Amino acid sequence: MDRIKTEELTGAQIIIRSLQAEGVEVVFGYPGGAVLWIYDELFKQDKVRHVLVRHEQGAAHAADGYSRSSHKVGVCLVTSGPGLTNAVTGIATAYMDSIPMIILSGQVSTAYIGEDAFQECDSVGITRPCVKHNFLVRDVKDLAATMKKAFHIATTGRPGPVLVDIPKDVTVNKCEFHYPETVSMRSYNPVKKGHSGQIKKAVQLLQQAERPMVYTGGGVVLANASAQLKQFIELTGFPITNTLMGLGAYPATDDKFLGMLGMHGTYEANMAMQHCDVLIAIGARFDDRVIGNPVHFAQNPRKIIHIDIDPSSIAKRVKVDVPIVGNIPDVLTDILGLLEKSKTHDIKPWWKQIAEWRGKDCLKYDRKSKIIKPQFVLEKLYEVTGGDAFITSDVGQHQMWAAQFYKFEKPRRWINSGGLGTMGFGLPAAMGAQMANPGATVACVTGESSIQMCLQELSTCKQYRLPIKIINLNNKYMGMVRQWQEFFHGNRYSESYMDALPDFVKLAEGYGHSGLLIDKPADVEPALRETFKRKKDLVFLDFLTDQTENVYPMIPGGKGITEMILSEDL
Amino acid sequence: MRHIISILVENEAGALSRISNMFSARGYNIESLTVAPTEDASMSRMTVVTKGSDDIIEKITKQLNKLVEVVKVVDLSEAEHIERELMLIKVRAGAKEREDVKRMADIFRGRIIDVTDNTYTIELTGDGAKLDAFIQALDQSAILETVRTGASGIGRGNRILRV
Repeated sequence: MDRIKTEELTGAQIIIRSLQAEGVEVVFGYPGGAVLWIYDELFKQDKVRHVLVRHEQGAAHAADGYSRSSHKVGVCLVTSGPGLTNAVTGIATAYMDSIPMIILSGQVSTAYIGEDAFQECDSVGITRPCVKHNFLVRDVKDLAATMKKAFHIATTGRPGPVLVDIPKDVTVNKCEFHYPETVSMRSYNPVKKGHSGQIKKAVQLLQQAERPMVYTGGGVVLANASAQLKQFIELTGFPITNTLMGLGAYPATDDKFLGMLGMHGTYEANMAMQHCDVLIAIGARFDDRVIGNPVHFAQNPRKIIHIDIDPSSIAKRVKVDVPIVGNIPDVLTDILGLLEKSKTHDIKPWWKQIAEWRGKDCLKYDRKSKIIKPQFVLEKLYEVTGGDAFITSDVGQHQMWAAQFYKFEKPRRWINSGGLGTMGFGLPAAMGAQMANPGATVACVTGESSIQMCLQELSTCKQYRLPIKIINLNNKYMGMVRQWQEFFHGNRYSESYMDALPDFVKLAEGYGHSGLLIDKPADVEPALRETFKRKKDLVFLDFLTDQTENVYPMIPGGKGITEMILSEDL
Repeated sequence: MRHIISILVENEAGALSRISNMFSARGYNIESLTVAPTEDASMSRMTVVTKGSDDIIEKITKQLNKLVEVVKVVDLSEAEHIERELMLIKVRAGAKEREDVKRMADIFRGRIIDVTDNTYTIELTGDGAKLDAFIQALDQSAILETVRTGASGIGRGNRILRV
């Protein structure tokens, strides 16, 4: 190498240069003692923009929402000790949903590590179970290569968050900077191509299917495989369902789409899952909220084809007949290359059966209600935004209603904490989505309980002029907790009532935004129309909704996928 | 069923913890775990003895392979293999017991590696069952201290685990 051209840089400069080399445009963070040198270098350049959050949990969620809405890597920067521990919820959230994210955390100087120094914590130890991988960089000479590895690991194979913990002295020490162009790791080589023999077997099964079913999850969104998925459904005409994490991978308005499946999935999707004879699962993991009790699920004989990039997701909860480990777009392309439409079965009788199940109209609710029904708000939100908004959500009833009633046409538009179920995710995730998609419509569907978990970020929204629309479905209860207490705990609403709620309109105004209280069904649509016209403002819409409304259908915990409680049963 | 799993892993700080963490986080059992660098100092070899149904063992190997620092994983119990464990055991050996203890150590092909007026320290190598048998064969009240390494294993013949 030409030695004249290599430069001596400090660790802090190397971090910034590495971020630039990776094309990082935005970093969400919060400064502190251990990261002061990094912040100093951020200050001196203008390629990497920094967004100052109000709590490190917000930084992690914002980086996460940024990634989910854009397919770029989300980056957050926090200081040592409490900075890192505050971010842990956000890191675990990203880990459960396999979101590519880089967390840069400051650490006390190497000489102090292990001495219980001020703001010291074992960041690598604390985050080990909730990251794809993590590094503690003890020598500035390893920094550039570690940054490269971190981005490589976060974005390849099954994606996930990677933490790089950087002691303060490492940010000050100098060495020659050379950013590696490639990474080679003998211990990490994710599979890409699916096994051709397995693909042939899968094609045979698909051609023999009389009652086929396609079940896809977040993996399809993460792998950007929507185009191939659409081709597959167009060619086969098979019915398809998406998991909560997979919504938008297939257009929800298409008649092949049976809606979401699972605990609060549609009757038709859940019935079809149980009664199909060939099931092809793509980038999904048969988790407890999706298939319910695995023993019940296994009672019906069916052949299962499972495509996933992560071998450990296959045959974890159900037995699989044809496992295919590989990158979803490649595997689907291979399948499409072999599948002959003329050889597939006539599945009209199967569609007839599905139409019968659809006839249940399992998502119906009282449209004549004088109190605002939360479902109604979401239907109107869908209409007013033309189905084209980025919708983030928190966790609970509002999340399920949003998943059921907002018809997502495109991937990466539905952003929610599916795996970890993190209340407080919605608002900071919306900030990330808005930063990644300036000018796009971003709405955060939330509830009066969830929104209060990361409420401080309203201040960040003001500082960066993020015109997020907050759709607060306010029923004064932790709605999903209340629903379980009603169903399974004899109506004993233990600690699920939200007393002493703030005046959300004044609160929004206090942060410099606008707020509006809506308590009549007739006002719902006009309020939404008015709000979404205001392209530059954050508007907090506080909808007072029916306190007793429940999410249906519902599979009670531990029950089988067809053992649904329907609204008509009550 | 008992399985003995061999793991080649990057010799990096935290790698052991990542592996043992995975076992405890997912509720898999570890009967014993040994680890030391190989002829290539950048890589360690670990032997884990665990118990579980075939399903569980498949999950364990998949989860191990998923760890970024793990280079290779082999379930040695799938084929012919040899396993050995080292035990150091200190027993009371006064004038009365000395002969008996010495004879017993000889029978088990143990070596006495430290001697005092009233103790012997015996080194014994073998599979776990042999070490158990030796402990059983001794007068239980004479055992002062026991330390065992846990099993290390290697495939027989041409079965070779390396990069």
